[in-house]
Amino acid sequence: MKALADSKTLYQDAKSKIPLWWYFGPLVFLLVMAVSSRIAEVDLSVMLDAKVRHDTFEFVRLMFPPDLSWEFIKFTAKPALETIYISVMGMALAIAIGFPLALFATNSLTFAGVLNEMARGKRSRYRLIGYLCYGLSRMVLNVLRAIPELVWALIFIVAVGLGPFPGVLAIGISYGGTLGKIYAEILEGIDLRPLEALQSTGARRLQVVLYGALPEALPDFVAYTLYRWECSVRSAAILGFVGAGGIGQQIDISIRMFNFNQLLTLILIIFLMVTAIDQLSALIRKRLN
Amino acid sequence: MDLKSQKNFYTYFMLIGFTILLLLSYQSTEFDFFALFGKKSRRNIFFFVKGMFPPDTGTEFLKVVGMAILETISISIMGTLFGIVIALSLTFFATRTLTYSGILHEMEPNRFVSRSIWRLINILSRLLLNLFRAVPELVWALIFILSVGIGPFPGVLALGVHTGGILGKLYSEFFEDVDSQPLEALLSMGTTKMQILLYGMLPQALPQFISYTLYRWEVNIRAATILGYVGAGGIGQQIYINMNLTFYNKLMTLILVILLMVTLVDRLSAFIRRKLLTQ
Repeated sequence: MKALADSKTLYQDAKSKIPLWWYFGPLVFLLVMAVSSRIAEVDLSVMLDAKVRHDTFEFVRLMFPPDLSWEFIKFTAKPALETIYISVMGMALAIAIGFPLALFATNSLTFAGVLNEMARGKRSRYRLIGYLCYGLSRMVLNVLRAIPELVWALIFIVAVGLGPFPGVLAIGISYGGTLGKIYAEILEGIDLRPLEALQSTGARRLQVVLYGALPEALPDFVAYTLYRWECSVRSAAILGFVGAGGIGQQIDISIRMFNFNQLLTLILIIFLMVTAIDQLSALIRKRLN
Repeated sequence: MDLKSQKNFYTYFMLIGFTILLLLSYQSTEFDFFALFGKKSRRNIFFFVKGMFPPDTGTEFLKVVGMAILETISISIMGTLFGIVIALSLTFFATRTLTYSGILHEMEPNRFVSRSIWRLINILSRLLLNLFRAVPELVWALIFILSVGIGPFPGVLALGVHTGGILGKLYSEFFEDVDSQPLEALLSMGTTKMQILLYGMLPQALPQFISYTLYRWEVNIRAATILGYVGAGGIGQQIYINMNLTFYNKLMTLILVILLMVTLVDRLSAFIRRKLLTQ
């Protein structure tokens, strides 16, 4: 009897161990792959087509040798530098936008957790206000980061005209959303006990945040911001393509004039810039630790 | 100098450097906060915003937008898939601990030539991956448009190549950061290198693989939108058309739809992540 009971339990165990979605998951995955490859007109045989291969090789051949004349390099120095300036200024704006929003978008600072325990009963309206601030700032951050930088750049070009300024605004706003969300996530993960201690000594909320939360979260803030800076340099290069200044504008011109040697030089310059910033930010992170 | 004052010196040095860079940038990018609120730009913004409301929600345009959204999502999915394929084919050569260093190769007699060849292969593949990721997706899209024509396919290729470079580098870093103790245990039992890779390194690195690939999909959805702007299909192309025709109310619809799409993809990615990583 006991053996029969054991085998029944074993069978039930085995049956419940494989979740249902394990069967559906791969099927759905394959279906999605098939449908999207149709819609995206993925046609690998195109790559093997003789004319396409000829055109591609022609194109690559035209790019070499890269235009390394001193005249052109001098000419591209200004847009390249401008791209870096756009990214730096954009990141500064992003921090200025993202940090305050992040403070409101942290649930442990606005309505939940141990800091807000005292707000009960008659003062629960206090907690509701906190919740509303949290919800509103989260929504704003999501909107800021969901809209691609290119779209922001187009909007700002209509508002303030061409040049590097709309690029700065576009990067500032969209990266402000990204930074804000990540800052909020970092802040939600910190240890709350020092903050509770500070609060019990009668510190006001802002003081609790500045002296309690910030010192602990700052290394993560700096690390992530440096990482994002590298991404923003790449974004700044692209935004120039629609007129927001920097090297992207040069790429647009070179392509329109079918001057592919210059295009290769510009690509190499972007490559060097991004690598340099990558190394620089890694160096800074190492030094700060 | 002792360590603490050395650290302080570097911190001050960097702070000063950054301040100088910031001031230069402020001056050079003609950052004029008050220009935003000046008369001319207020007028521009006013007409722009007035043109955006009410957003165009006619069924005809919504059909076009629906097709464009499906196209953009497909481009992002296919692009990420291509990226995974390219990354996987280059990762193993780009991982130092799989080609010439690390505990897998400690026991070998020091054959200089074969080690140098592997080192060269490693360096070349890492260079290739860096090249793929350094060139922005938009530039890749332009290159592929010149090769295979306009449409969603060059967008897929561009995303694939760029994502392949990023994922390849990250996968190799995940492999290198794997805990080496299980590997040593396996090695001492006499397992072959391929088995160590499959049973020792892969199980440890797989959660990070999945997590980061899903994150890359979220990023690619935004990138696919931008690629459309230069002709790679999808919603970006609609943005280009309507922007140039100054149909700002249609533009507003497009922006709202993009918002919805990105939020949806973010939620979906979080759902998949939960399902795959917590079982």
